[in-house]
Amino acid sequence: MALSYKDYLEPSQLPHMWCPGCGDGIILRAYTEALAELELAPKDVVTVTGIGCWGKADDYVSTQAFHGTHGRALAFATGIKTANPDLTVVTLMGDGDAVTIGGNHFIHAARRNINLTAIVTNNYNYGMTGGQYSATTPLKSKTTTSPNGVAEPGFDVCFLAEAAGANFVARTTVYHAVALKNLIKEAILHPGFSLVEVISPCPTYFGRFNVHPSPVNMMNWLKDKAVPVQKYREMSAEEQYEHFAVGKIVVKERPDFYTTYQRINGGQVAAEEGDGNGR
Amino acid sequence: MPEPKKMHIEIDKKSCKRCGICQGLCPQQVYTLAKDGSPEVTNPERCTNCHLCDLRCPDFAITLEVLA
Ligand code: SF4
Ligand code: SF4
Ligand code: SF4
Repeated sequence: MALSYKDYLEPSQLPHMWCPGCGDGIILRAYTEALAELELAPKDVVTVTGIGCWGKADDYVSTQAFHGTHGRALAFATGIKTANPDLTVVTLMGDGDAVTIGGNHFIHAARRNINLTAIVTNNYNYGMTGGQYSATTPLKSKTTTSPNGVAEPGFDVCFLAEAAGANFVARTTVYHAVALKNLIKEAILHPGFSLVEVISPCPTYFGRFNVHPSPVNMMNWLKDKAVPVQKYREMSAEEQYEHFAVGKIVVKERPDFYTTYQRINGGQVAAEEGDGNGR
Repeated sequence: MPEPKKMHIEIDKKSCKRCGICQGLCPQQVYTLAKDGSPEVTNPERCTNCHLCDLRCPDFAITLEVLA
């Protein structure tokens, strides 16, 4: 029998705790739809979370799950995947977890090219703790800790992953729900470190202070901001500032950590093979 | 234009948090909102089974079923 997304959810734990119109639920749906379409058995998938609004997600899934400390989901996921490479390992994190508290783990997971998938929900603030600014909050945006607008520019999460060496880097939004599901599928199938950054509404904080508290307006705002990556690259700096690129940003085939580790420690690495970076 | 299909659309009222996304973004205006903000399936005959509403529902509250 064909699997359904419901086979990957834990009905006794639902409805979830997220606010009305929060994008997290749309991403959890896309993730579980992707697992069903890939026909992965829940016991062969490990969902790893940290802290934040996503920190509850391990309770909502019927896959194997690991709930770690703040910012450390990728560190635990690295250990899980390295100890048992046959498992499909996926981290579910927000921007606070992934690139603010956990920024160091993020760049090193990408650099090592660990064969796992990071789904990073970027809603531009720390929702769980009351709407403080994070390392992705755009310059001048209002948050509870920057009532006049934040004075720092935010990270571009995809460019960070690309610069650190990730094999697969893509961005989309919860408005683009079908593309989201398909990118998650592709990211899981692609060897090495895969990132899917999902721009997502937090109507309760970021939306209320900067755009609109209505979930429908937030969804339409995402639609207006998102530009296919090719078109984005042709835009002027001013236009780019008002938009973000969506689609596949990096797709490459650098050997993943486990493969390289086995080769080196099996003594099979030919001297001329190098590390894929010309070294 | 995609063809309308004969559909049964179920909204699980216990899960729905009345965010309005299904009604606000359905390309075929299948839903209307009641006074309390909860969505009602008022024009199911227009539905093209595009799945934008169930995939975008943050609370897994919508089930689409093709009848014919
Ligand atoms: S605070 Fe924001 S991110 Fe957290 S559940 Fe509410 S809407 Fe979602
Ligand atoms: S999208 Fe889902 S939660 Fe939101 S109003 Fe529609 S059925 Fe309710
Ligand atoms: S599947 Fe949903 S969004 Fe698409 S036409 Fe039908 S009711 Fe509207």
